[in-house]
Amino acid sequence: MTRRGLSFAALALAMALPAALIGCGSRDATNASERVRIGIVAKSLGNGFFDAVHKGAAEAAGPLDVDLIFTGPTTPTAEGQIEVVNALIAQRVDAIAISANDPDAVVPALQRAAQRGIKVISYDSAVAEAGRVAHLAPSSDQLIGETVAQLAAELAPGGKGKIAVVSATPTSTNQNAWLAQLKQALTAHPGLELAAVAYGDDVSDKSYRETTALLQQHPDLAVMISLSSVGIVAAARAVEDRGLTGKLPVTGLGLPSELAGYVKRGVVPKFAIWNPIDLGYATTQIAARIARGESISQPISIERLGSVTFDANGVGAMGKPFVYDARNIDEFAGVF
Amino acid sequence: MLSRDLRLGIATLLLFAAVTAAFPQFARPDNLAGVLNDSAILILLALGQMLVILTRGIDLSVAANLALCGMIAALFNRHFPDAGALSTVAIALVCGALLGACNGLLVWKLRLPPIVVTLGTMSIFRGAIYQLSGGVWVNDNEMSPAFLDLVRYRFLGLTTLAWTAVIAALAAFICLRYLRTGRDLYAAGGNPSAATAAGIDPGRMQFIAYTICGAIAGVCGYLWVARFAVAYTDIALGFELEVIAACLIGGVAIAGGIGTVTGVLLGCLFIGVIRNALPLVGISPFWQMYINGVVITVAALMSARQRTEKRSILEAERA
Repeated sequence: MTRRGLSFAALALAMALPAALIGCGSRDATNASERVRIGIVAKSLGNGFFDAVHKGAAEAAGPLDVDLIFTGPTTPTAEGQIEVVNALIAQRVDAIAISANDPDAVVPALQRAAQRGIKVISYDSAVAEAGRVAHLAPSSDQLIGETVAQLAAELAPGGKGKIAVVSATPTSTNQNAWLAQLKQALTAHPGLELAAVAYGDDVSDKSYRETTALLQQHPDLAVMISLSSVGIVAAARAVEDRGLTGKLPVTGLGLPSELAGYVKRGVVPKFAIWNPIDLGYATTQIAARIARGESISQPISIERLGSVTFDANGVGAMGKPFVYDARNIDEFAGVF
Repeated sequence: MLSRDLRLGIATLLLFAAVTAAFPQFARPDNLAGVLNDSAILILLALGQMLVILTRGIDLSVAANLALCGMIAALFNRHFPDAGALSTVAIALVCGALLGACNGLLVWKLRLPPIVVTLGTMSIFRGAIYQLSGGVWVNDNEMSPAFLDLVRYRFLGLTTLAWTAVIAALAAFICLRYLRTGRDLYAAGGNPSAATAAGIDPGRMQFIAYTICGAIAGVCGYLWVARFAVAYTDIALGFELEVIAACLIGGVAIAGGIGTVTGVLLGCLFIGVIRNALPLVGISPFWQMYINGVVITVAALMSARQRTEKRSILEAERA
């Protein structure tokens, strides 16, 4: 594996070196009026999520005067992505945006790209800081907490009542971060009271059992929340099996393909997750603007989605998770 | 001294009484039916696992077998939604039996240690699910109503799922007590050399036990997927440990030859009451793990004592 990676790296180096030498002077002169070429690297091709990212990227590319190269390996591996990055270097793109299959393995290839004046950013799944200028996260812990609190307030009758959360394991880092932000966000909704947090360990049977226990302990629950994709499906199933459809809405974070049936039957009236189309759109905006010389020390506009502010580590959040309901579920259920 | 099953029965009743005192709703009939429903898959798998342990084997691949057959059932249902739920169950059963027979053949014909064989097949089965499904979930809206409703059909207050466990327990009780093959399983595990001398092939008995255990796991695959209405690579991950724990608590000796259906049932109900009651009583998840661990350790201690008792009898006879 390493040997194969090395030989490809050598090949790419041989191909890219003369080009880099010739192109050295002109590369930095890219400005707002010139067309830029951007390579967007998916984790793998033929994956519904990245097809949607492609759609959003294409939407942004036209008005921005961007030539888009949407590419990726056929299987989600770091080696495949290294080959793809080397090919993009050879094609002398102005910027590369990558959703990494491995945060560290792709760094050397991306550093070679940076040495040739290519602006590298990561999106969706981050690359280690050494390998990129900026990372565009789909959302942030705080925005997730606020969105879920907002969903609960909308679903609770009159915005009032008890809510309960089915989490994953009690030691899960991102679950706990989201939970802490949810609690923080609930202070803005005084009518809602967080009655209990149960831990389903991200397995169906335990999540189902914990949900059933919550229903018995708190028969007056107004909204059931889960921030895990296994948890929300199990919670929805438990609520439906107990005949509480329409009486106790379930909401939280989940995937459209997994929740489509529950949304249509009204068990999960609405839920949130990032929108891959918006993510592709925002990634293209950021990559194009950085390639044209904008600095991440200032907020960067992503036009129809607002703007992104990057922190000291170069990480920025696109925005609030997107809300899915009966009106748009069919459009996204086939996507991811 | 009370028999082990009786002691475990009393312990389960005491536990049940304590939970009811703390949370009176727990004793309501619909809740008890719910506990039985929740324990049904555990009971079925533990019965299968007991057969294997009786013959001095162990099957670490039951949960992976369940997941693979569950995925096969779900995919079959997705492609042929009108094929009916019973044919899906039959496919799951046959696939499970074949997977179990693979374990059995490796243990019987190649004389490989059961723990090694099933540790390997456990990973192979999980890998096969990933290959088969492409890592994608099969969701409830891709399952036919017949597929989902069969486990939820209620008869005399219990679901089909619970009835399956009850009937399987009765069948296991009768077979192990009155059928020749049932008695041979005990003989093969209790003392393989004596069994061989009596014309019983212990390897063949292991093969039979693994095949039945696999068939049960296959049916449970369908039951699991239909109950939780979702199939993906990691379903029932680590569930084999819960199944083995239920057998140990139920007094099945890991050294083979000892174990009763009543004991296994009580072991499963004990775990069922604990895992349904602890969240109700509001015990922290860290304590839940701790309590589960203590229960298994105590059960192991009880088994150890049982073995010394048996040996002392043998020595007494010899003297």
